[in-house]
Amino acid sequence: MLAAPVLALLAPRGLAWAAATLVSLMAFAIAVQLTILVLAGQVPGYFMGSWPAPFGIELRIDDFSVLMLLVLTGASTVALIGGRQSIDLEIETERQPLFYSAWALALAGLAGIIVSADAFNVFVFMEISSLASYVLIAGGPDRRALPAVFKYLIMGTIGATFYLIGIGLIYLMTGTLNLADMELRIHEVGDQRPILVAAGFITVGLALKAAVFPLHVWLPNAYTYAPNIVSVFMAACATKVSLYVLLRFDFFVFQQNLTQHDIQFAAFLMPLAVAAIVVGSAVAVFEKNLKRLLAYSSVAQVGYILLGASLVSVAGLTASLLHMFNHALAKGALFMAVACLATRLGGLRIPDLRGVARTMPLTTAALVIAALSLIGIPGTAGFVSKWYLISALLGMGGLGIMLIAVVVIGSLLAVVYVWRIVESLRSLENAESNKPGEAPMMLLLTTMAASLANLWFGLSPALPIELAQRSAAALLVHLP
Amino acid sequence: MSESQLMIMAVLVPLFGAVVIAIAGRISANVREACTLITAGALAWITWSIAPAVYRGGRPEILIHEVIPGIELAFRAEPLGIMFALLASSLWIVNSIYSIGYMRGNNETNQTRFYVLFAVSLAATMGIAFSANLITLFLFYEALTLATYPLVAHKGDPATVKTARIYLGILLTTSIGLFLPAIIWTYSATGTGDFVQGGIIEGNLSGPLVGLLLGLFVFGIGKAAVMPVHRWLPAAMVAPTPVSALLHAVAVVKAGVFTVTKVIVYIFGIDFLFSEPSSGWLLYVAAFTILAASIVALRQQNLKKLLAYSTISQLSYIVMAAAILKPLAEVGAAIHMLAHAFGKITLFFAAGAIYVASSKTELFQLRGIGRRMPWTMTAFTIGALSMIGVPPTGGFVSKWYILAGAFEADNYVALGTVILSTALNAAYFLPIIYMAWFEKESDENVVEHGEAPRPMVIALVITAILTIAFFLFNGPALNLEYQVVREAS
Repeated sequence: MLAAPVLALLAPRGLAWAAATLVSLMAFAIAVQLTILVLAGQVPGYFMGSWPAPFGIELRIDDFSVLMLLVLTGASTVALIGGRQSIDLEIETERQPLFYSAWALALAGLAGIIVSADAFNVFVFMEISSLASYVLIAGGPDRRALPAVFKYLIMGTIGATFYLIGIGLIYLMTGTLNLADMELRIHEVGDQRPILVAAGFITVGLALKAAVFPLHVWLPNAYTYAPNIVSVFMAACATKVSLYVLLRFDFFVFQQNLTQHDIQFAAFLMPLAVAAIVVGSAVAVFEKNLKRLLAYSSVAQVGYILLGASLVSVAGLTASLLHMFNHALAKGALFMAVACLATRLGGLRIPDLRGVARTMPLTTAALVIAALSLIGIPGTAGFVSKWYLISALLGMGGLGIMLIAVVVIGSLLAVVYVWRIVESLRSLENAESNKPGEAPMMLLLTTMAASLANLWFGLSPALPIELAQRSAAALLVHLP
Repeated sequence: MSESQLMIMAVLVPLFGAVVIAIAGRISANVREACTLITAGALAWITWSIAPAVYRGGRPEILIHEVIPGIELAFRAEPLGIMFALLASSLWIVNSIYSIGYMRGNNETNQTRFYVLFAVSLAATMGIAFSANLITLFLFYEALTLATYPLVAHKGDPATVKTARIYLGILLTTSIGLFLPAIIWTYSATGTGDFVQGGIIEGNLSGPLVGLLLGLFVFGIGKAAVMPVHRWLPAAMVAPTPVSALLHAVAVVKAGVFTVTKVIVYIFGIDFLFSEPSSGWLLYVAAFTILAASIVALRQQNLKKLLAYSTISQLSYIVMAAAILKPLAEVGAAIHMLAHAFGKITLFFAAGAIYVASSKTELFQLRGIGRRMPWTMTAFTIGALSMIGVPPTGGFVSKWYILAGAFEADNYVALGTVILSTALNAAYFLPIIYMAWFEKESDENVVEHGEAPRPMVIALVITAILTIAFFLFNGPALNLEYQVVREAS
């Protein structure tokens, strides 16, 4: 059952698309099964090498990790099933097995981060997934991906190092790496200063990997120049997983034990979240390249997620976790649609999209639905999380009203940048240069499915809400 | 089928019709237009079969889907909603007849898309009319904005797209920026967003907050075109005239004032709002809009633009009537939706007929046109008289009730505004009528033309007759709308 990461680690030797897809599909099936288990109230755990915690390495699943696993494996599966033609187009045949192995490794690494209950293990998996994703991003035909990857590599390594320093400090003070154990033992530490420093290192390091504004500079280029299918995977999962660790550490390990850590946390992240929303959206409004536009939109969306978390309330955190799920749906579907477009268009700058509504009506429909979800139009998934976020903010008094204004401004900017895309799609000038016809069948079908998932979870969001609420409550047990 | 299920059918039928129309469009234009007419007929039949139950005091309701506990998609037919549904669905038939003449007479492109989106817009309108709570209403409200955008941008040239951007920009910005926060605020303050007799705010909010929430609602509902969020309406005039006629004189704008009225009556409750001084500003804003829009209308040279500003002014009559917060005035608000709809659609039909027959769009070109297009200009005259509020037209009835409500509340601001704006209405409509009938056509560039195509003339004669008929036979409508306040008070 918990073999997902292990299996994925073993599988990738020289196998191509079918194997990768199969692995991903199995991982997804396992995630679904885990969800059912967790919803039934069990907390599956697994001790690697049969050493009991806190000595051995423990894998552990709860509501929060299940939510993330669903997003991760779902995105990977959808991207792989649909992405074959897109990958064929962008990566030479002889390098494809390598590409798929890297994919499986990245998947395994990210899944590993989610299921680990051990701080150092998280680091190991983080390195695995990061290295694999550097390969994935650099795998495309676009040479500009190389400097982008280099930047990502440098920043990613700095982030990971910060994280490691933080863990080292904690290990020094507590002598444990198991998260649950760590939480207990921090109590006993008399001098809080090293722990505080560790918290700082861990938070900043993970914020770097999660592309929290202003540490987001690696993200736009990485998304833009990666192969299109990789963008789907990255946009839906990569930053979310780092956020997952960040939230887990800050809420579960630190806040219960460090005096005033919640206030410091909120004061640190809230302004960053606000800046991310405003700046990310504003840059997206003026961006000319479609993928880069979406990447900046991601920076803004990470802002919404952090904004919810920085309220340090169950309602806020629920909204935040819900938005992780819903944004993955919307952004994943959008990048799928971009992959569809890329199979037929010469370029992905906004003016290149002219007339596509006519030649590729289904892709356009999928893109528009996903984009509406990004804005937060009712009936789509994005609306549900915005609803929760604004409701949470309403309970905050004056500051809440100001933050609502920020959310609203962010949404309005989203309207503007989405509409630039749509207008271009509908425009008829100079449209003759495009190849006619829809994207390849599988790609199109999965894109439509991803897009319809936005509507589905917009109209019956019970499952993610349930998981988000339960995990928020679990992370904030220490609150009265 | 029960009335509850019929309400769902009222949304599904035009959607299904849209699909059929899209397929039929590939076969032939005649089949496509037959499908449009059949869909419109079916929809009108559905709404008229729901009506008797509501008239007798029944309130059929149905829960469609529970998104999350407390947030439901649900329909409920009540007097205001059923009236709006009847109005939009019945006029859709007339408008479809008219569209056929207009679109063919003008050789417009993309006609299939036009009819498909029209059907989708009607589905959204039905959803708005029957919605039982704010969330359902908001869902269909946004759907209506998105469905009408391509209709406004129909021509597709850069100038049109730019203007359509104003349309979409204002409507989406206000709805997401103000309307949605207002809705969420309402839910979090009261725990519900259901439309309930007597309102739900009382006891949950008080003082200046009530005025603030009202402001978020009124300006958030951009479709009501209360100044300063009115700019989208003149912008929408770049659309083909049938769109201006049904959507921007009836469905979309009425959806706006309908929502405002519904929020005032069923969310705030008129008695509560009357007792709350912080809500008083609405009356003044509406009064200002009435007068300012009329003055702007005076200066217009383009017939459709003039009609647009006249619409803005007339919409604020409804908002102002609702803001008087007295039972008679609420009835006046509801009735004015009908009266203005009949009159204004007639005016737009006439403007479109003139354009198709003679390509004339500016006022000064209309000299002597009455003799060439007697049917059209007779209808135009009736519509204009209804706007001014002269008997025997529908506009007189609703003004009567608004004035009666103003007296009831001793509200001299409202009273003065109605009187002054009547004078202004006369000042911009009467010269057109005079010019059309009594002046001679200028001698240069005479284009020989007669009436517009037959379907258009039939349509505008029907609506002109409705305008007069409403003066004579308004009993059922009044009885129906009295229920809005009789239960409330």
